[in-house]
Amino acid sequence: MDKHRLGNALTNVGNMAKRNTMLIVLALVIIFFTIGTGGILLNPGNITSLIMQTSYVIVLAVGMLMCILTGGNIDLSVGSVLALVSVIAAKLLVEAHMNVFLVIIISLIIGGLIGAFHGFWIAYIRIPAFIVTLAGMMLWRGLQLVISDAKAIPVTSDKNPLFTSIFNSFIPNIKLTLFGVTFDIVCMILSVLATAAIVILMTRSRKTRKSKGFEVPSRAAHIFKCVLISAVILFFTFLLSEDRGFPFMLIILAVILVGYSYFTSKTVPGRYLYAVGSNEKAAKMSGVDTNKILFGAYTNMGVLSAVAALICVARFASAQPTAGEGYEMDAIASCFIGGASAYGGTGTVTGALVGAMFMGVLNNGMSMMGIDTNAQRVVKGIVLLAAVLFDILSQKRRKTT
Amino acid sequence: MDKFLLEMKNIIKEFSGVRALDNVSLSVKEGEIHALCGENGAGKSTLMNVLSGVIPHGEYEGEILFDGNPVSFKNIRDSEKQGIVIIHQELAMIPYFSIAENMFLGNERGTKFNIDWDKTNKDAADKLKVVGLNESPYTLVKDIGVGKQQLCEIAKALSKEVRLLILDEPTASLNENDSRNLLDLLLSLKKQGVTSIIISHKINELSYVADVVTVIRDGCTIETIRKDSPDFNEDRIIKDMVGRELKNRYPLYEARTPGEPVLELIDWTVHHPLYRERKVVDNASITVRRGEVVGIAGLIGAGRTELAMSAFGKSYGAGITGTIKISGAVKKLNTVSEAIDSGLAYVTEDRKGNGLILSESIAVNTTMAKMSKVSHRGVIDKDKELEVAETYRKLLRTKANSVSEPVVSLSGGNQQKVLLSKWMFADPDILILDEPTRGIDVGAKYEIYLSINELIKDGKSVLIISSDMSELLGVADRIYVMNAGRIVGELPRKEATQEKIMAMIIKSDSEKSSTT
Repeated sequence: MDKHRLGNALTNVGNMAKRNTMLIVLALVIIFFTIGTGGILLNPGNITSLIMQTSYVIVLAVGMLMCILTGGNIDLSVGSVLALVSVIAAKLLVEAHMNVFLVIIISLIIGGLIGAFHGFWIAYIRIPAFIVTLAGMMLWRGLQLVISDAKAIPVTSDKNPLFTSIFNSFIPNIKLTLFGVTFDIVCMILSVLATAAIVILMTRSRKTRKSKGFEVPSRAAHIFKCVLISAVILFFTFLLSEDRGFPFMLIILAVILVGYSYFTSKTVPGRYLYAVGSNEKAAKMSGVDTNKILFGAYTNMGVLSAVAALICVARFASAQPTAGEGYEMDAIASCFIGGASAYGGTGTVTGALVGAMFMGVLNNGMSMMGIDTNAQRVVKGIVLLAAVLFDILSQKRRKTT
Repeated sequence: MDKFLLEMKNIIKEFSGVRALDNVSLSVKEGEIHALCGENGAGKSTLMNVLSGVIPHGEYEGEILFDGNPVSFKNIRDSEKQGIVIIHQELAMIPYFSIAENMFLGNERGTKFNIDWDKTNKDAADKLKVVGLNESPYTLVKDIGVGKQQLCEIAKALSKEVRLLILDEPTASLNENDSRNLLDLLLSLKKQGVTSIIISHKINELSYVADVVTVIRDGCTIETIRKDSPDFNEDRIIKDMVGRELKNRYPLYEARTPGEPVLELIDWTVHHPLYRERKVVDNASITVRRGEVVGIAGLIGAGRTELAMSAFGKSYGAGITGTIKISGAVKKLNTVSEAIDSGLAYVTEDRKGNGLILSESIAVNTTMAKMSKVSHRGVIDKDKELEVAETYRKLLRTKANSVSEPVVSLSGGNQQKVLLSKWMFADPDILILDEPTRGIDVGAKYEIYLSINELIKDGKSVLIISSDMSELLGVADRIYVMNAGRIVGELPRKEATQEKIMAMIIKSDSEKSSTT
């Protein structure tokens, strides 16, 4: 009897693994680099900087996912938009001494307007997204260089403490030492609360679905999933708590990720995004305003580019003329590694997150191992191709069995 | 000359459990024109796909002998190498290529790295002469009509040294004149020794051109009749085609008394979206009453779909003029969502193209046209969505493991039921069904007819467009006949017959040609 249940649980776990192939590959990559760097990858200090380094890629990848969902359209302009918004934000902060919150709002509006500009041509005039955003890539980069005169604008933390602290600070620490380990109790409380909330939500949703007579994962699979998620969260936050504590950035990221996850999976416009990408004609014939959906996706991309711009200014303590170069490619790669379809219609926010983490760990791990930056590019290219190939092959196998 | 060029023996082909071909045999003698008849979905096209290698060797059972030798084609190239060329119903020409470029596409003149354009155009001109098409080889294919494109396809086949020419419904979209030209061309090719198989529904054409007729029904060979046999007559062929079960192919008709008009189109004119000067729908006026099933009969290209789609929130066409009234009130329906809100639903003929999202689940497809019914302030209630999808799955007896299954894995008939569920869920007053039973099996057809009756009982109205005239005669209370964009006749159920419908179409064609 028990043996039978164990067997069932194992097949359930196996199915879960099959559905989350990229997550497993990510875990393998983390293990590989942990060994390769002699454990430095999972050093508390490094985890913190990994999050900081990856944060803007994650933000951009989420926006990029919305564009890719609408039919495999990508946005090439995000790096340039990021650079332009960076310069404007830095000028407003440093030269106009404007209120920090006002600067943030203005930056987001500018990002949104640029996105809407792209969206207008793409959705209503039907110029291919590739061309519009390629034009945008040159246009906004050029404008940025004109405005900044190709010079970096420093935004130092001593002169702009509030701005830097919003994106770069940590939740106040209360350090405790137990069993010879010093850690931040605030960080741990936050993470325990978050873990509990996730487990409760998952359990409740399973219960209501079961009571309504829907098929739900078995009890064992459910418990396994809860334990795994809790363990991962608690482990990483514990590492954070040993260092500088809970980065405020993580809260911004969590809000964006949860928000967009909810948007794509639970709301009507989110559903339409998938519908437009899967079969635009059918969506149109179902009464969906497909132009509005396309327009929205690109406007949103502009806003998120602006968010990433603010993160970058704070992180590098300056607006660089070369900021954001190549970021569009990182964001696009993240989405595809995370399982988004190049033809649109499939892909998840979680997938984009996994893809971005993958790229982040790869960058960070290879730098740690002292691999030459030029060679890193070679590896990244191969990994992108391999990751997508792996995904396609495993999907094919799933279909035939 | 009496040797068989082609023998297909005991061909069996299944599509996900459904037997499309059940022991079909077909023997074609060298130098004859062999007609293959059968209703939609009888298995004719599947059989030809097996022959031409579209369905590769190994995916079907049975044996094919060509010129006495067993053959196993893996793709179309293999079969073309042997001289078997198939011309599909949907022409496969590239609109922005010239006639000559199209003709030698995949079979270029000259060498691989140096196409000899002079030779290409000269050879093309020669072949065009053979098929009697008076066009320059430099003309772009988009600039010539469907009839001429059909002739180009045949010229293309001739350029490949064809031994067996297969034409799938070659005259379906041609007018009387072009059809006659095409059939005469087949007869002259026969004199030159080309063997052909012609798939067609049009019995009068077959008796004009064919030496032998093989009838297929429900995936089985019914019989093969030679022209010299006394059985070679239209009645016999029709009987073979429709079989015995014709009587109960439609649910019992109960007399209905329709109510007030719910949908009126008055002087509706639609222009082609690309060729603005061309009228696709020409001053058409129709009325649909509450609780009434109205049919629109006509040939392919008559403008029926265009009429329906232009009325459905202007989802087709340009320069649309005319009045649309819903329940007596004049409406301006400029978008699909306005049309849906006014109680219209258009169930497309193109379920894969603009009907369903194949990769998504049954549930997602079911609710797509009316998300407001399963969402609150833009947030979807997924549980409710699954529940309603399940309700409609049961109601229409859609065969699927669960409503979370992607639509792509369902059979055509079941996909059609999902499409119907989607629009029934949208809760319209008037459903426009465009070819609702095309390409689905007899059983599923019957269930769709039952659903139509249910809708009528609920006080809805149905406008049904179908190329299957017997279907319209079986389900409609009243039938409009449409031809070349115009409504050319209207028949109440009692008076409607296939002959009368055809006569109206032919009469309008001759009127048109006499006035121009």
